[in-house]
Amino acid sequence: MPTVGVKRDLLFKALGKTYTDEEFDELCFEYGLELDEITSEKEIISREQGDSKASGASDVILYKIDVPANRYDLLCLEGLVRGLQVFKNKLEAPRYRRVSPLSGEPQKLIITEETVAVRPHAVAAVLRNITFTQERYDSFIELQEKLHQNICRKRSLVAIGTHDLDTVSGPFTYTAKPPAEISFKPLNQTKEYTATQLMSLYKTDSHLRHYLHIIEDKPLYPVIYDSNGIVLSMPPIINGDHSKITLKTKNVFVECTATDLTKAKIVLDMMVTMFSEYCSQPFTVEEAEVVYPDGKTCKYPELAYRKEKLSSDFVNRKVGINESTETIARLLTKMCLRSEVTGVGDEIEVEIPPTRSDVIHACDIMEDAAMAYGFNNIPYTTPRTYTVANQFPLNKLTELLRQDLAAAGFTEALNFALCSTEDISDKLGKKISETRAVHIANPKTVEFQVARTTLLPGLLKTLAANRKMPLPLKLFEISDVVLKDDTKDVGARNSRRFCAVYYNKSPGFEVIHGLLDRTMQLLEVKSQRGDGYHIQAAEDSTFFPGRCAEIFVGGKSVGRLGVLHPDVITRFELTMPCSAVEMDIEPFL
Amino acid sequence: MSDAGLLETLLRRIEAADGGVDSLETASILGVDHQVLVGAVKSLLALEDLISAELRSSKHWELSGEGTEIAEQGSHEARVFSSIPPEGLPQSELMKLSFGKIGFSKAMSNKWIKVDKTHEGGPRIFRSGAVEGLLWLLSTSQHELWIILETAIQLTTMRWTVKSYWITKGSCFSTTITKPETELTPEMIANGSWKEKKFKPYNFEALGVAPDCGHLHPLMKVRTQFRQIFLEMGFTEMPTNNFIESSFWNFDSLFQPQQHPARDAHDTFFISDPALAHEFPLEYLERVKKIHSEGGYGSQGYKYDWKIEEAQKNILRTHTTAVSARMLYKLAQQEKFTPVKYFSIDRVFRNETLDATHLAEFHQIEGVVADRGLTLGDLMGILHQFFTKLGITKLRFKPAYNPYTEPSMEVFSYHEGLKKWVEVGNSGVFRPEMLLPMGLPEDVTVIAWGLSLERPTMIKYGINNIRELVGHKVNLQMVYDGPICRLES
Repeated sequence: MPTVGVKRDLLFKALGKTYTDEEFDELCFEYGLELDEITSEKEIISREQGDSKASGASDVILYKIDVPANRYDLLCLEGLVRGLQVFKNKLEAPRYRRVSPLSGEPQKLIITEETVAVRPHAVAAVLRNITFTQERYDSFIELQEKLHQNICRKRSLVAIGTHDLDTVSGPFTYTAKPPAEISFKPLNQTKEYTATQLMSLYKTDSHLRHYLHIIEDKPLYPVIYDSNGIVLSMPPIINGDHSKITLKTKNVFVECTATDLTKAKIVLDMMVTMFSEYCSQPFTVEEAEVVYPDGKTCKYPELAYRKEKLSSDFVNRKVGINESTETIARLLTKMCLRSEVTGVGDEIEVEIPPTRSDVIHACDIMEDAAMAYGFNNIPYTTPRTYTVANQFPLNKLTELLRQDLAAAGFTEALNFALCSTEDISDKLGKKISETRAVHIANPKTVEFQVARTTLLPGLLKTLAANRKMPLPLKLFEISDVVLKDDTKDVGARNSRRFCAVYYNKSPGFEVIHGLLDRTMQLLEVKSQRGDGYHIQAAEDSTFFPGRCAEIFVGGKSVGRLGVLHPDVITRFELTMPCSAVEMDIEPFL
Repeated sequence: MSDAGLLETLLRRIEAADGGVDSLETASILGVDHQVLVGAVKSLLALEDLISAELRSSKHWELSGEGTEIAEQGSHEARVFSSIPPEGLPQSELMKLSFGKIGFSKAMSNKWIKVDKTHEGGPRIFRSGAVEGLLWLLSTSQHELWIILETAIQLTTMRWTVKSYWITKGSCFSTTITKPETELTPEMIANGSWKEKKFKPYNFEALGVAPDCGHLHPLMKVRTQFRQIFLEMGFTEMPTNNFIESSFWNFDSLFQPQQHPARDAHDTFFISDPALAHEFPLEYLERVKKIHSEGGYGSQGYKYDWKIEEAQKNILRTHTTAVSARMLYKLAQQEKFTPVKYFSIDRVFRNETLDATHLAEFHQIEGVVADRGLTLGDLMGILHQFFTKLGITKLRFKPAYNPYTEPSMEVFSYHEGLKKWVEVGNSGVFRPEMLLPMGLPEDVTVIAWGLSLERPTMIKYGINNIRELVGHKVNLQMVYDGPICRLES
C-alpha cells in the first residue's frame, strides 16, 4: 500500500477546514485511507540518521497517509484534496479537457522502429502556462516518484519524463541507439557522458541503480531527442539536464515511455489531471501527437470519460440496503463518479472520469456507493444459506490422532515446512538426489532452500533448542511434507506424516516401538503379518546399523523406526541417544 | 536407651509429675543429652494433643576457652611473672611464649617486671619484686577494681542461652504411643482398622506431583478451536494439503494481474524444481486469459499481454485462496449450483523480511460462502457471528483494496486494553471477473474473509516473539505450561 506524505497545514488549508488528528483519522477511515503516522521531517531524519543530522530540519507536521494500491488519483496532495472535497460535497468534481494549442500545430513525438525491441510505447502531453511554487513543484516530482514505484512497477512498465518545453523544440523523436552512440549531460551532472559511461556511473547510485537492469543487457537503449538533437531523456533511467523543470518553468512537456500501453495512458492521465489545476486554464491539457513507425498518429492524453449504466436495484441488492435511485446517484457523485438518473426504470448513468482507472466493472461502482453510504451504516444480516458441515477426512484423522498421542505422553511440536537442503540430506546421511525434494528458486536464506521431505529434522532441531529441559524428551508432530510427484498438475504433492522422537540417556527403542504399537491400536490395525502390521529389519543410513526396522501395513511399507545413527545425533548438535519413528498416515484413511 | 524407650520413660515421668516436668532437669536425671530429650519431646508433639510443651529459655555464664586457661594456670601476666628467673630472661625469649605478648604488657603496666634495654645481648626482662606489685594492688581504689573485674568478665566468659521445655499432659494424654498413619491402606479398608487409626494431617500448602503427560502445541490448540467454530457454523473443510501451487491458481484465476507486485520474487517463493505446472483446465484457462487481456463479463479487464508462461510458474502458495479458487471452479462444474460454505486453516508462504511477528510461513484462516443474492450486509452479519464466537463483539469495517475482491473490507475490532481499534482480519466479495470465467451463475455471490492463526494465538498466550511459538526454537516449557484454549473468554 503506497504511503503519501503531505504537510498537515497545507492539507487543511486546501481542505478549507482544520481537523483534530482524531477527526482526520476518522475521515480517512471512512474514505478507505489510513492516517498511518503523524511526524515531521526532523523526526524522520532523527529516527533514520540520528539526532545530530536532524538539527535544522523542518518541524512542519507531516501526515503519512496510506492510499489503496489502485487509487493513483490519491497519490499527491492535489488528488487527495480533490477527492475529499468532492466526498464532503464542498466541490464538484472538475471536468478534465484535452485542448488543441491556441496557435499552430500540436507538439509531435515521433516513434521510430528501433524502439520495438526495447520499449515500444510512448505517449505525451503539454501542460501550458502552469505556475509552480516550491510546494507544487515538490508535489509534481513526488507524484512521478509514487507512480514510478507503483503502477509503473519501478519504471519497468512505464517511465515518466517531464521537461521545460521552452528549452527544447519539437518535433521530438523517440528512438533507440547503441549505448556508445548516446551522449548527453544527464540531470544534475556537470558534463556529458555516453550511455555506457552512465550505466557504470549509476551502478553505485542508491536510487538509480535499481532501474539499470531494465535496459542494461539490450543492444539499443531508448532515447528521446528534440529537433536539434538535444537529449530530453534516456528512459527509464534519467532525463537530460538541459530540459529540466525549474520553478520558473511555464510550459511542461510530459512524456511516458512504456512496455505496457494501457498503463502508459493511465500514468499520463494521472500526471496531467493532477497538475492541470495550476494551468492558466485549469483542468485543460494541451494535446500532443504521437506518430507511430507505420505512420499512424494518435492524440494524447486520452482523458477518456466512460459511461456505464446500472440499476439502483443492483446496488441495493449487492450492498444490502434500500435507497432510492436518486440517493444512489448522489452517493456515487460524491465519489467523483458523476451520476444521473436516466428516468428509465431505476437506471442510473455513471460517468467514470480518467482519474478513476480503478473502476473497471459495475462492482467497482457498487463499492463506491457502499463507501459513500458508509460501510458502518449497512445493517448486519444473516444469510439463510443452509449447509451441512464436513471435515476434511485427513484433517479429522489428524485431529483425533494428535489428542491420543499427547495422551500417550508425547508433546506436540510444530516445525517449518521449509528448511535447508542439508537438513533433509547430509545431516540425515542421505543424498539430496534420493529425497524427491521440491527446490525453491529464490530463497533469501539457507533456511528456505527446500520443502521438507521428512518431519525428523524439525523434531531433532526442536530437541537441540530445548536441551536444557529435563530428560527424557518425547516429541511428536503430525504434519505435511512435500514430495515431487509427476502425476499431479503442479508436479508435487503433500504427504501427511506422523513422526515421534525419544531422547534420553538410553536409546529407548522399546519406547518408540511401544508408541508405534499404541498408534496401530488407535488405528485398529492388528499386530500380524498380512492384513495387520509388522516391523522388519532394514538398512537406512539415518539409523544406527542393526537398529532400524521398516513398518509394513497390509504388506506395504509405510515408514521406519529405529535408533538414530550417532553421526546424525552429532550433526543436529545433540549428545544423547535418540530413537525415532516416522510414517505416512494417509494409508489409514 | 532406645528411642521408643525414651519416649515411654518420658511419658511416664510426665504422668507421675505434678503439673509438668522441665526438659533440662529430666535430661540430667535420665542421664541423656538434653538435645536427645528435646528430640523426643518434638516427636511426641507431632502426635496430636498427647502432650503440650512450652518453650522456656534461661541464661547461663560459662567460661570461654581463654577464661578456662586463666582459671587453670593463672592470668597471662602472672605466668609471665613466674616464668622469669631471678637472673632475668631475654625479651625475645619471653615473646616466644604463648601468653608472652599479652602478659608482658599487663605485667609491665602492673610494674611487676622491668626491662633493661641496655643489657648485653639485647633487652632483658627482670622481676621488679613481689612487694612492689602487692603494694600496687593495695593502693588501687575501689573504682579501679570494678574496671578490672568487668574487663576480666568480658575477656573470659561467654553468655549462653539454654532452651528447655516445660512439658505438661495434653488433652489426649496417654503413656502408650499410637503412631498416626500417613495413608489409608488396602489392609485398613479390608479389616476396618481405619476406624481406630489416627491419620497424619496433609499439608495442603504444598504443590502436588506434576502428572507425567504429553502436551498439545498452543497454536494447534487454537487451530482446533477455530475449526470447531467453523464446524458449528456449518462450514465444510477444504482440502488444503497442497503447498505447491501454480501461479495460475494462486494469482491468475483470482484476477490478479501478472505484473502485480505480489507476484514479485521479493514476495513469493518460486519453485526451481518442479518449476512449471503442466496441466490446466484449458477452456477455463482461455477465459481467464481473455478476462485479463481483453475484459468481458461487463469488465474492462486489465488490457495487457497475458502470458501462459507466467501462469505456469510453480510457487509456494501465498494464500489458501488458491484452494478456494480450485473449489469454486469445481463447484461451477456441477450440473446444478448448490450453495456452499467452506473453510480452511493451513500454511501459506511469503518471501518477506522476517521480524518478531513475521515468519516466511504462517497459517491462514479462511471462510468462504457462495450463494445466490448474498449482500455486503450478509458478509458483515457472518463476520459478526464469527467474531462473537471469539469473544469479539464490537466490529468496524474500513474500505480497502484487494485485486480479487470488490468491495473489500478490513475488519477492525475495539481493543479494550489498548483503547483503540485494531485490525483483526480482511474480507470481501469475490470479483465477477474471478467467478464468471469459472462458470458460476451470474446471480451467485461469493463472500470471503481471512485472518492469520498466529496473531490471535500470540495475543491469547501472551507471546511476543513468534519464534518462541512456531518452529524448532519453541520454548517447550511454554508448551508444557499452556492452558486449554477457550477463545471466547
